[in-house]
Amino acid sequence: MTRRLRIAAGQGFWGDWLEAPYRQVTGGPVDYLMMDYLAEVTMSIMQKQKSRDPALGYAKDFIPLMQRILPILAQRKIKVTANAGGVNPRACAAAVAEAARGLGLQKKLKIGVVSGDDLLDRLDGLLARGHALQNLDTGRPLRDVRDRVLSANAYLGAWPIVEALRQGADIVITGRVTDTGLTLAPLIHAFGWQASDWDLMAAGTVAGHIIECGAQASGGNCLVDWKRIPDLANVGYPIVEAQADGSFEILKHPRTGGRISVAGVTEQLVYEMGNPSEYITPDCVADFTTIELRQAGKDRVRVSGVKGKPATDKLKVSIAYFYGYKAVGTLVYAWPDARAKAQAADRILRQRLKDLKLEFEAIHTEFVGVDATHGRLAREAVGSDDVPEVQLRVGVRARDEAPVERFTREIAPLILNGPPSVTGFAGGRPKPEEIVAYWPALIDKQVVQPTVEVVEV
Amino acid sequence: MKKRLLEIAHARSGDKGDTANVGLIALRPKDYPLLVKQVTAARVARHFKGMITGKVERFELPNLRALNFLLHGALDGGGTISLKTDAQGKVFSTALLRMEIEVPR
Repeated sequence: MTRRLRIAAGQGFWGDWLEAPYRQVTGGPVDYLMMDYLAEVTMSIMQKQKSRDPALGYAKDFIPLMQRILPILAQRKIKVTANAGGVNPRACAAAVAEAARGLGLQKKLKIGVVSGDDLLDRLDGLLARGHALQNLDTGRPLRDVRDRVLSANAYLGAWPIVEALRQGADIVITGRVTDTGLTLAPLIHAFGWQASDWDLMAAGTVAGHIIECGAQASGGNCLVDWKRIPDLANVGYPIVEAQADGSFEILKHPRTGGRISVAGVTEQLVYEMGNPSEYITPDCVADFTTIELRQAGKDRVRVSGVKGKPATDKLKVSIAYFYGYKAVGTLVYAWPDARAKAQAADRILRQRLKDLKLEFEAIHTEFVGVDATHGRLAREAVGSDDVPEVQLRVGVRARDEAPVERFTREIAPLILNGPPSVTGFAGGRPKPEEIVAYWPALIDKQVVQPTVEVVEV
Repeated sequence: MKKRLLEIAHARSGDKGDTANVGLIALRPKDYPLLVKQVTAARVARHFKGMITGKVERFELPNLRALNFLLHGALDGGGTISLKTDAQGKVFSTALLRMEIEVPR
């Protein structure tokens, strides 16, 4: 049995640093490369792409990335788990297979595909059978927005990935699988963990949570002592080195920048945290109040003691629906009286929107340089009005496009017919943007059947 | 004497829908009880008055010397709906660190 397993984080979101996966598979020994691509609204963007072209709907930059690293993966026998498949994991797998064949890797590589998470075509049947898919935040039934739903995906857990690995897959490409499942699955597979070993399921889930945001666990976006975190230009992404008993260490490759510290790992543990005693995944309910952290060496944090409870009988469903339109316009005002000028411009703009009888669900003003990040708390702290410059940033939101479109034409005129010393309109008129909103819900686990296919390239 | 939380704690924040979470962590283990005693859910709700529309929940993680706060209705609808620069609640962390608490000399 494997004594220690190394899982390296390569991407923390779709759009993360393209160099990270390459460096993770070349910078030192690893067994798995784990890449998380899917944020809450990513699925709807992918659904839109798929509706235009049935061969799309996945993280497109995954393909050139795999093209670059496949020979290294094959040579070093590094496996991959990635939810890059989005709403079209089969098409993603086909594109990777084609790239592999182009590299002469025929018969040397098996690709696993995990699907069955996509519920879009089943929604009406599910609603008819009494699954209300109530919004977890508002309690409203999905019926309210059914005709505007753009995508609906259940969060699958680690087990379908484990099945793909058992069938010999080297690269596992999934649809909407939990971020943590991508890390837990290789651990289950390597160590032969059982589904009812709740502490082990929780340990692997915590490992996944720590590395799922990439460098956020290795010195990126870390507040503690941030000025002295070394060489972020060359930041090493985190690696889990786990043992069969569920304890593990977080580390990074030698000769990389960043820092692995108890303080930094703690920051990542509390990131996007709800009730820490009940971190619910399809695989278990992890208790974050049982985690013990210890600095085990330079850039090495030991994690142990994790306790878990049985998984629930529900899966979370991520539904995206069309909500309306928004636009944001900005102008920059210079000293003297920068803030007062921006405030005057905001008043004038709002008066004109009112006079035009435009109806908005919300108008939101921020004075960037004064209060955009900390609101009233910052205004109270700034005290003086003598700031060197202020960016006026006004956003509007409406169910219809027309008022939002009209708003976008009211920013530029202020340059010549509003307060003085204004600049920063080089980008031109803002564009109305479609809002795709997120509807979280739960569904009975038994309703969702994951599908696993493994094919040789 | 009064000290800003910035001097005795660090923090990271994120989002879940229209809720921002702030994890507040003692820089030195011995200061954790000060956070537990003084940085209550009610105190945090007052700190963010006018900036959030919902309630504040607090959870304790003594093992990590951390408190986790959920600030409901903090993000103007959250995610894609929000018109805020900080639509994902990333800097509520440092906004909380502006709070002052009483620290023994």
